[in-house]
Amino acid sequence: MRATSRSRRTVLGALLLCGALTATGCGAKTGDAAGGGKAVAADTSGDTVKVGLLNSLSGTMAISEVTVRDAVKLAIEEINASGGVLGKKIRPVSEDGASDWPTFAEKAQKLIREDRVAATFGCWTSASRKAVKPVFEKNRSLLFYPVQYEGLEQSPYIFYSGATTNQQIVPALDYLKSKGTKSLYLVGSDYVFPRTANKVIKAYAKANGMTVKGEDYAPLGSTEFSTIANKVKAAGADAVFNTLNGDSNVAFFKEYKSAGLTAKAMPVLSVSIAEEEVKSIGPQYLKDQLTAWNYYQTTETAANTAFVEAYKAKYGKAKPTSDPMEAAYTSVYLWKEMVEKAKSFDPEKVRAAADGTAFEAPEGTVTVDGENQHLAKTARIGRIGADGLIDEVWNSGEPIEPDPFLKGYDWASGLS
Amino acid sequence: MTLTAPPPPAAPPEPARARRLLPAAGPRRTLAAFALGAVLLFAVAPLALTDFRLGLLAKYLCTAIVAVGVCLAWGRGGLLTLGQGVFFGLGGYAMAMHLKLADAGPGNLPDFMVLYGTTDTLPWWWVPFANPVFALAATVLLPMGVAALLGSLIFRRRVRGAYFALLSQALTAAFAIWLVGQQATTGGTNGLTDIQGFFGYALDDPANQRMVYFVIALVLLALIALARQLIHSRYGELLVAVRDSEERVRFLGYDPARVKLVVYVVAAGMAGLAGALFVPAVGIISPALIGIVPSIELVIGAAVGGRASLLGAVLGALAVAWAKTALSEEFPAAWTYFQGLLFVVVVAFLPGGLASLARTVRARLARRRTGADEDGAEQKEAAV
Amino acid sequence: MTVILGQTFTGISIGAVLLLIALGLSLTFGQMNVINMAHGEFIMAGAYTTYVLQQHLAGAGLSLLLALPVAFLVAGVLGVALEHLLIRRLYLRPLDTLLVTWGVSLMLQQLARDLFGAPNVQTRAPDWLTGHLTLPLGGAELSLPTSRLFILALALAAVGTLALVLRRTALGRRVRAVVQHRELAEVSGIPTGRVDRTTFFLGSGLAGIAGVALTLVGPIGPAMGTNVIIDAFLVIVAGGIGRLRGCVVAAFVLGVLQSVLEWSTTVSVAKVAVLVALVAFLQWRPQGLYTLRTRSLV
Repeated sequence: MRATSRSRRTVLGALLLCGALTATGCGAKTGDAAGGGKAVAADTSGDTVKVGLLNSLSGTMAISEVTVRDAVKLAIEEINASGGVLGKKIRPVSEDGASDWPTFAEKAQKLIREDRVAATFGCWTSASRKAVKPVFEKNRSLLFYPVQYEGLEQSPYIFYSGATTNQQIVPALDYLKSKGTKSLYLVGSDYVFPRTANKVIKAYAKANGMTVKGEDYAPLGSTEFSTIANKVKAAGADAVFNTLNGDSNVAFFKEYKSAGLTAKAMPVLSVSIAEEEVKSIGPQYLKDQLTAWNYYQTTETAANTAFVEAYKAKYGKAKPTSDPMEAAYTSVYLWKEMVEKAKSFDPEKVRAAADGTAFEAPEGTVTVDGENQHLAKTARIGRIGADGLIDEVWNSGEPIEPDPFLKGYDWASGLS
Repeated sequence: MTLTAPPPPAAPPEPARARRLLPAAGPRRTLAAFALGAVLLFAVAPLALTDFRLGLLAKYLCTAIVAVGVCLAWGRGGLLTLGQGVFFGLGGYAMAMHLKLADAGPGNLPDFMVLYGTTDTLPWWWVPFANPVFALAATVLLPMGVAALLGSLIFRRRVRGAYFALLSQALTAAFAIWLVGQQATTGGTNGLTDIQGFFGYALDDPANQRMVYFVIALVLLALIALARQLIHSRYGELLVAVRDSEERVRFLGYDPARVKLVVYVVAAGMAGLAGALFVPAVGIISPALIGIVPSIELVIGAAVGGRASLLGAVLGALAVAWAKTALSEEFPAAWTYFQGLLFVVVVAFLPGGLASLARTVRARLARRRTGADEDGAEQKEAAV
Repeated sequence: MTVILGQTFTGISIGAVLLLIALGLSLTFGQMNVINMAHGEFIMAGAYTTYVLQQHLAGAGLSLLLALPVAFLVAGVLGVALEHLLIRRLYLRPLDTLLVTWGVSLMLQQLARDLFGAPNVQTRAPDWLTGHLTLPLGGAELSLPTSRLFILALALAAVGTLALVLRRTALGRRVRAVVQHRELAEVSGIPTGRVDRTTFFLGSGLAGIAGVALTLVGPIGPAMGTNVIIDAFLVIVAGGIGRLRGCVVAAFVLGVLQSVLEWSTTVSVAKVAVLVALVAFLQWRPQGLYTLRTRSLV
């Protein structure tokens, strides 16, 4: 037993020693000017410049995010074929976020610190964006985020190339109102975007004389919607505003049809169903339902004809193009324009050059707002056809200026 | 430190140890292994790795801390807890809530509540977490308390084996769903992110990140030492006895429910501590770390390394976490196949984990030489 | 009144889905004590079978009906392969079957991704399964979706057939004998190895049928198995091991409970509440609703 107690003492001593060692390593306190977060300069030596592609290649989000990465790769190829950026070819470094938010943060750090990329393109869910935001801010590196989102954010190191609320949800509500919709039922997945979007919708409804007859959230990945369909039916609203995500849409629309609800009697306006999702749900269940986006595969511009043709040539005839893909594709070109305007890959100089940078995107002209780093975009309402494509039934005519905090809307004053 | 390793044949059995069920490695070997671990963690790793890789190692060490608890509960006690995510999450959220409040400053709401919240006042159950002492205590005591409550309900009614595993798995799913549903007060799917400081130290300073790493390494070593003490105590023997034959232990006059409850609570406390340390190391805690899949992943490492061996479980957890990063960087699809295959092969054909590999091979060889069936006893131990 | 009746029907139909996905497990877990986490992927295999058949056959109704026996065979063969390659070695270690089959389920999911692509695939339901029946009910109307009625009928037919097989056939007698006392059955000359394999074939085949039914109400994709597996196990835990009756009652009770709670609160609250209720229930009956008396101590 003596041996044991001696070994116990030694272990204790070793632990104390290690503890003492730990205490010597302390660094800056919070509030110290500019802690230790030194920006790592991008590696632009040689004739290439690296950019990061940060998407979920595995896990539940892979379905959507792989298409976005494909679109970014297409843009990079096109740019390289026409001479690159500032005379340098772009070399993409792809990382898998694995549909897991802490992994996104880890991989963002790797791209910036180990690979020393000049900019990163990617993220889909708001949760993954929120997870990487501090990483990009601390390292002063740029992220281009391609998906429509819930607004209420403005990070100096993120460029938002998807729509904010006033470019998608508000125009959609305006459209419904113009069609005589007096009451709404809100169905969404249980996460940040639907909950925030529904807050905006309720504020809008209150100010515009609409009533919200009910509000339901299903856990992400939930596939049992018979009760929600019953609730929607019993409430008898004029329209349903749908912010469900992914798999849940399939179950919801199947149940919706089974309950005898139709696009004619009670249209569903969805903000997360693009061409790719229509394909997996089936037009049988979706025909004539409405969607709100800034771009459809059918959008008629010269740039879009070229984009769709190039995409299908590279990835196959059966692959549709969609709004987030287009926004991701556009963001690469916008980055190129900004870099060339700044004549530097330095994020601070690129940001300074951002204001007013414009690009003839497949969705039409988009312009960067230098202050909030969102884009001015045209809003479009579409109707899902029997062929699985979405036809535009209304658009805002001209690009809408981004307003992520809805400061220009009186009814939204209590929101943030 | 490898408890399942046979003692060196030359050493005569000490009388004091004769009554022990399991042969323990000699104190000198244990000390040597412990010192080697300390040198690797405190001297070699910080010098050899970049700040980024050291940060990753800190994250892996957190899963290793959970593995220490899993080794105790599952390896020694036979309780397959597929719900360690709940305790990891409780610890993590307790820590993150305090850090968010500290970042916001006294009297202010955390940033996400301003954005998504519905009230202008802090929810009552957030208020005590502003106190650092309360928050620190809660990271360990909260998971232990929940485990004590659940455990006393479950074990008293002799829910065990598969029922216990499935129930713990369902609980972790429910906890994740609940967290996601409370967006205004828990941050929903986003979780709590963008944590700036750690008890006054700025987390974006690499020197402080190293400090966090050292704290985590220190805690891991301390918990390994504690777990070793526990395993070699009378209680440790009773625990193994309960694992191997609960009825017999009951007939001997012990209460197996109480024995199991203790190890369940200890493992929960360790998982909570790991969660709490994960927050400053990675800067985020979210429901994505709590559901069914992350909870199973917390068990995988221990299974691969060797569930009943402390060293095996810890090294297994580190290796699996590292392999996940390394392989998923290169081949995301292949990682899933590899993970599945690793699991099938190790659990089905090498139930003692990699820690038992040498012993299994040696036994096979010996059997081939002598032709005798020396494998029987081992099969039995492996079958738990 | 119509609301209550409508919700009750919804609950029963949720229960029917639960019953279908849990029925196979009640054989493999309940009778053989194997925790097969890959059961969800066998369901997935059934759903993909429907999809593949529909690619090659014209009528949606014909391919759906044909998918029932084909999916039963496909999933059953997968199950036998799993039993023969892995589970056979693990009968003394039930907890390890959970971990091993979880590994198998990961690989099967990735295989589905590689074969059919990561996105969900779509199947067309025949027109007679997308509408609803309307029953007049004292001034109001009660509408019952035909797809749900179909699943309910399918579930009841499956339970009936299984009960007949277990009670009235030689095979069923052997299965029950092995469950009640494996060693005694073995010394009585029953080939337990073959009985195990047959039981696993039946249980897995039922998962395939559940997969066909799920194409009518949910998404068909690589992750569909993980969405249902936990619910399926909860049904077994609540119903009690080794009793078909427990599985049936538990499925319908859980279904109705879920739908009533969902109606009056939210989906998340309902899920959590059902779970808490289950833990409380196990306090009262730790072995589930119905228990099988065996001579084993454990």
